[in-house]
Amino acid sequence: MESLPFDFDAHCPKGPLDQRWTQHKYHLQVVSPANRKHYKVIVVGTGLAGASAAASLAEMGYQVESFCFQDSPRRAHSIAAQGGINAAKNYHNDGDSVWRLFYDMIKGGDFRARESNVFRLAELSTSIIDQAVAQGVPFAREYSGYLANRSFGGAQVSRTFYARGQTGQQLLLGAYQAMSRQIAAGRITQHSRCEMQDLIMLNGQAKGIVSRNLVTGELQAHLADCVVLCTGGYGNAFYLSTNAKGCNTSAIWRAHKHGALFANPCFTQIHPTCIPQHGELQSKLTLMSESLRNDGRIWAPKDIADCDKAPATIAEQQRDYFLERLYPAFGNLVPRDIASRAVKHICDAGRGVGVEIAGQRRGVYLDFADAIAQQGLDVINEKYGNLFDMYERITAEDPRQTPMRIYPAVHYTMGGLWVDYNLMTTVDGLFAGGEANFSDHGANRLGASALMQGLADGYFILPATVSDYLAKQHPIRPQDFAAEARNAIETVRLRLDRLMNAPSPETAPDVFHRELGEILWHACGMAREASQLKSAITEIQQLRERFWQHVKVTGSSDTLNQTLERAARVADFLELGELMCLDALQREESCGCHARVEHLTDGGEVQRDDMQFASVSAWQYSGDVSEPRLLQEPLLFEFVSPGVRSYR
Amino acid sequence: MRLKLHIWRQQQAEHSGAFETHSVEVDPESSFLEMLDGLNERLITQGDEPFAFDYDCREGICGSCSLVINGTPHGKHTATTTCQQYMRDYIDDAELWIEPWRAAAFPVIKDLIVDRSAMDRIIQAGGFIPIRTGSAPEANSLPVAKVDADAAFDAATCIGCGACVAVCPNASATLFVAAKVSHLARLPQGQIDPKRPEKMLARMEQEGFGSCSNYRQCERVCPKQIKISAISEMNRLLYRS
Repeated sequence: MESLPFDFDAHCPKGPLDQRWTQHKYHLQVVSPANRKHYKVIVVGTGLAGASAAASLAEMGYQVESFCFQDSPRRAHSIAAQGGINAAKNYHNDGDSVWRLFYDMIKGGDFRARESNVFRLAELSTSIIDQAVAQGVPFAREYSGYLANRSFGGAQVSRTFYARGQTGQQLLLGAYQAMSRQIAAGRITQHSRCEMQDLIMLNGQAKGIVSRNLVTGELQAHLADCVVLCTGGYGNAFYLSTNAKGCNTSAIWRAHKHGALFANPCFTQIHPTCIPQHGELQSKLTLMSESLRNDGRIWAPKDIADCDKAPATIAEQQRDYFLERLYPAFGNLVPRDIASRAVKHICDAGRGVGVEIAGQRRGVYLDFADAIAQQGLDVINEKYGNLFDMYERITAEDPRQTPMRIYPAVHYTMGGLWVDYNLMTTVDGLFAGGEANFSDHGANRLGASALMQGLADGYFILPATVSDYLAKQHPIRPQDFAAEARNAIETVRLRLDRLMNAPSPETAPDVFHRELGEILWHACGMAREASQLKSAITEIQQLRERFWQHVKVTGSSDTLNQTLERAARVADFLELGELMCLDALQREESCGCHARVEHLTDGGEVQRDDMQFASVSAWQYSGDVSEPRLLQEPLLFEFVSPGVRSYR
Repeated sequence: MRLKLHIWRQQQAEHSGAFETHSVEVDPESSFLEMLDGLNERLITQGDEPFAFDYDCREGICGSCSLVINGTPHGKHTATTTCQQYMRDYIDDAELWIEPWRAAAFPVIKDLIVDRSAMDRIIQAGGFIPIRTGSAPEANSLPVAKVDADAAFDAATCIGCGACVAVCPNASATLFVAAKVSHLARLPQGQIDPKRPEKMLARMEQEGFGSCSNYRQCERVCPKQIKISAISEMNRLLYRS
């Protein structure tokens, strides 16, 4: 193999799986407590991964600079996670263990994740719950006073901890409060309403960022001994998604352009239970927690003629409980990718219900009538009351009276910056945590494991691996790099000027974003096919051309300007979108969320090709967005043998 | 449906602002913020500056959105943030007055956006349990009565939007402070620090918020329905400490 200009080794430890993290930690270097104050770490993003990393690193004694584009770190989008967080506590005595959680995740990810990383995540899961409870996270409890659990998609044990339908909110507030304590202690400097614009590189190492103060428009260089990106996923490439409006790919895309490999960009999760779209100008989609599938039954009319009837008038024998019919072992609790595709098939066959969008009824029923009859309304309200209220607020229908209507929507991105076992990218000194990296979910993420991964990265992994990195560095002297900082600011200023002054400004940035979303949803959504992907790539290239010619940003760049913020993010999505399609085209197999129409079984299930594609696709920026270079990291399975992922 | 909108325009904190009037045609099923998106897109296309307003998750949980609509923080529909107001709620209205939160401790940044960082500083004054990462005991080693866990959760649902401040004639953040105090004080882990209410209230005063004189407007507009019983609970703790 030819030599690469960077280190492309996953650095996974060898030896018994359950000893790897312990041994690895022993081999990592540490910085003595007295020296930690001389090192500065930049953490971008204040979601679960960023907030927990910032708090933990500051507690250890490092100087931390934290950045978020929201007006407060408490508003990062982790706040919206509803369902729960997995941990192998085995409080239900139902046979759970670290090994079982590990296996469920490897299988759930359709054998496209690293064994070492996934095992470490399963191992750390229990400490996260301990930490959160000690911080005052009000998890649901049983009458005994002990913690309650529920089951979740892709698992046959009850290992999900939850705080009604607001688990992400409560965990994030725990991490935010831990951060707040460190801000008060002077160990974290918080920059809110401040967005990263670019990475600052010094002699091949990441040593800082350029930020834009979103209130004053001021560009500023911040230098540090290393940079940690916890900036979330890129689901908003699709325009309509369950992500917050501000979620964007810009930080990781800038890093990619400085040499960080981008792994598995086509692995995007489409969540089965979202509220269907109501109109063409809708701004976002809203998720209904997967936990609803514990008690709700999914069905569609057997007969197309029944699709416009009121659901109550459709007789029991005229209803097709298709998940229970197709997957009797897991029923309504099959993993997300499988449920989403099944719903799509039903709607494509014309058996969807609800509002017609572009000539198709996009929705199926999620029905609680049986659960209410069996368990009583009070019990069901206790579990899902706030979700029912939320649904009713949006649709003006009460799910206690009439079944919910649901349809899949883009929700999470498994792909992200390629990182090694230490969560370091291929740029020396640049780390990525949480959804921003690609590490643990393979080709499909199981429910209740995003919160787990973000917090494992932030509380436990990054503090250890960042310390190891810092132990090998001399603390930076920012005054030595004034010229580099000025140049980095200048590059950003030129890019913003270009956005402010397109040659013939005509169209608002959102119009381009919606168009990109349409292209990606059809070509790179729930079903992907070579010729469609190829034409999508051409369309995106043309759209990008038009964007830079015609994007219209009013106002100025030296005050608060939300149009400019959006334009800058859309510009990056327009480049990433192409890479997503290239990756989907290259992966000539189906796996997890990635369903290539050419590679499905007769029954419509995904068909992996382990001979050719048991690997991570890691893309290197070549200087031309349309000509990236593909590198492959082979995935070795020493402890589980990749089997057919059956949930039947 | 057709509406006349009077929207607050203000370049920055030091400038004075004024209402600007626009007419819009909107689908009753669209959300309130989608209605503003539509107007803003039109303004951009015309070459004008759009109205700046805060938003992010658009599902009622991040606490970013913060509009006073016809005099009510978050708008007509109760127990709901601005982003979850739908135009169908306004089908009988012909005119809407849209303003930012107004309080001395929340200076206007631009148009409908205000600076709420004072609330972060109140949390920094003591709204946390000081536990270092790694030092936590086994989660189930300390049982918590379900009734306490549920009460703690109810208080902890505060999204820090600031509607309680915006509606209060004193511009007090007492409900916000009390929600955090009540959340943490209900749990054994949070009972270690009896000075929490004092520290947080002192910070509140320092930031320029008023104090509570029981108008009870805050609980009326709280999108998460946090009750003023949280304030009584905090007051009991204050007198005990």
